[in-house]
Amino acid sequence: MLIQAHNLSVQIGKNRILKNIDLQVDRGQIVTVIGPNGSGKSTLLKTLIGALQPSEGEIIRAPGLSIGYVPQRLHIDETLPMTVQRFLQLPNRASTDAIRETMAQAGLPELLRQQLMSLSGGQLQRVLLARALLEKPDLLLLDEPTQGLDRRGTADFYRQIEQIRQSLNCGVIMVSHDLQVVMRRSEWVICLNGHVCCEGKPELVSSSAEYRALFGFDEDDESLALYSHRGHYQGSGDIREAG
Amino acid sequence: MLDDFLMRAALAGVGVSLAAAPLGCFIVWRRMAYFGDATAHAAMLGVALSLTLSTPIFAGVLMISLLMAVTVSTLSGRGYAMDTLLGVMAHSALAVGLVAVSFLSGVRIDLMAYLFGDILAVGKTDLAVIWGGAALVLVMIGYRWSALLLSTLSPDLALASGISPRREQLVLTIALAIVVAVAIKVVGVLLIAAMLIIPAATARRFSRTPEAMAVMAAIIGVCANIAGLALSYHFDSPTGPTIVCVVAFLFVALNVVNAVFRRTNRQLSNGQNVA
Repeated sequence: MLIQAHNLSVQIGKNRILKNIDLQVDRGQIVTVIGPNGSGKSTLLKTLIGALQPSEGEIIRAPGLSIGYVPQRLHIDETLPMTVQRFLQLPNRASTDAIRETMAQAGLPELLRQQLMSLSGGQLQRVLLARALLEKPDLLLLDEPTQGLDRRGTADFYRQIEQIRQSLNCGVIMVSHDLQVVMRRSEWVICLNGHVCCEGKPELVSSSAEYRALFGFDEDDESLALYSHRGHYQGSGDIREAG
Repeated sequence: MLDDFLMRAALAGVGVSLAAAPLGCFIVWRRMAYFGDATAHAAMLGVALSLTLSTPIFAGVLMISLLMAVTVSTLSGRGYAMDTLLGVMAHSALAVGLVAVSFLSGVRIDLMAYLFGDILAVGKTDLAVIWGGAALVLVMIGYRWSALLLSTLSPDLALASGISPRREQLVLTIALAIVVAVAIKVVGVLLIAAMLIIPAATARRFSRTPEAMAVMAAIIGVCANIAGLALSYHFDSPTGPTIVCVVAFLFVALNVVNAVFRRTNRQLSNGQNVA
């Protein structure tokens, strides 16, 4: 066990964002958290890294657990000059060899001397990933890592995550709204909407009524992802309207 | 060597510049420009306090600055924005300080000396305090450098790496309080903020890494101090403000040079493309 959440609730101000979440990640396991916008996915990750305090329940980390966190986005203030090379070594210095190896692992070209601010969104995402990998984390937390990537880029990205998991033997928690691709590669899927709607093996979740109700709205604009369930969706139209 | 008042003044200025440079960078990066002002204003209350209790000025100022630094650090992010808190604390502390000073009977203190500093009156003890404070601040910042940087860049990334951004902020504000306390005699309350921000702001355009920016800010600060001292001696102008004038001039001049240089570069490369 790397990390475990027991009956976790998080309250921000008067709003209860997360309610009674249970979650466990083991070494070498990919757990995917999916949910619509505002379902508390990012809040869950932030609570796991300790940026937010649970109002109820607890988080148990394996002793000495090292976490690699890849945030959804990173705002870089233009007042702060920062090269990629320097950023990768925050907070800990690393050898040039280690940096090159990690850059390759994250699928990055030579841009060590570039300013962080000058990177494209996709490049910055990979730099963030590289930085997380440099510490050889036990647990990798990815917040919407494929946002802004096209389908091809997304597929490449997941292939890389798969390789990383094998070479580091780390656990991965990935937050996404990108349904189908994610689910094929993860051991466990948690469908989140403030609380855990349903969870289980990917195939099981994708056929569950709760999952379909939650993502029903996606049918029109993301018909590609849900193509195989089209039949079910016709039938659950009422639920979607009601939701 | 230390018997010459100009030499003492130069050493005092260099000491303050060295400590102010990295702190100034963090103030610029974290957009806390008002923080220097606020701590400096609050220092007036410290001056009044030391006069009342007949303690050294340095001790009173340090106490009040630390108190303010800790209060602001603790309260920020709890319903009040940083700049609001700083505004409330800075102005009230300054006002209370001025009122308190006016009640001191029999003491006619030269407020101007604390507002603008009196670098030419720096004695050997002051010099020891300044360099002691500067060394302490540099050690603190140097020791926490990476953690401070990462907390500045992204509190979430810092937390994931096991760094507490709140603690780092406290380190920063305490270091700032120390610098204000040791610098009050040299550049005075009103000009400390300028010495913190302007060298760092000047260095920004010419730096590729945070470390380069801090070193560059230190060089600019030290040069401005020495040049300002020389100019003020030559023209018999008030020393503190002259130093700030020099650093402000450097800010403008280096930015203009940079802009012209960039434009020429672009035109050159455009010309080549056309050719």
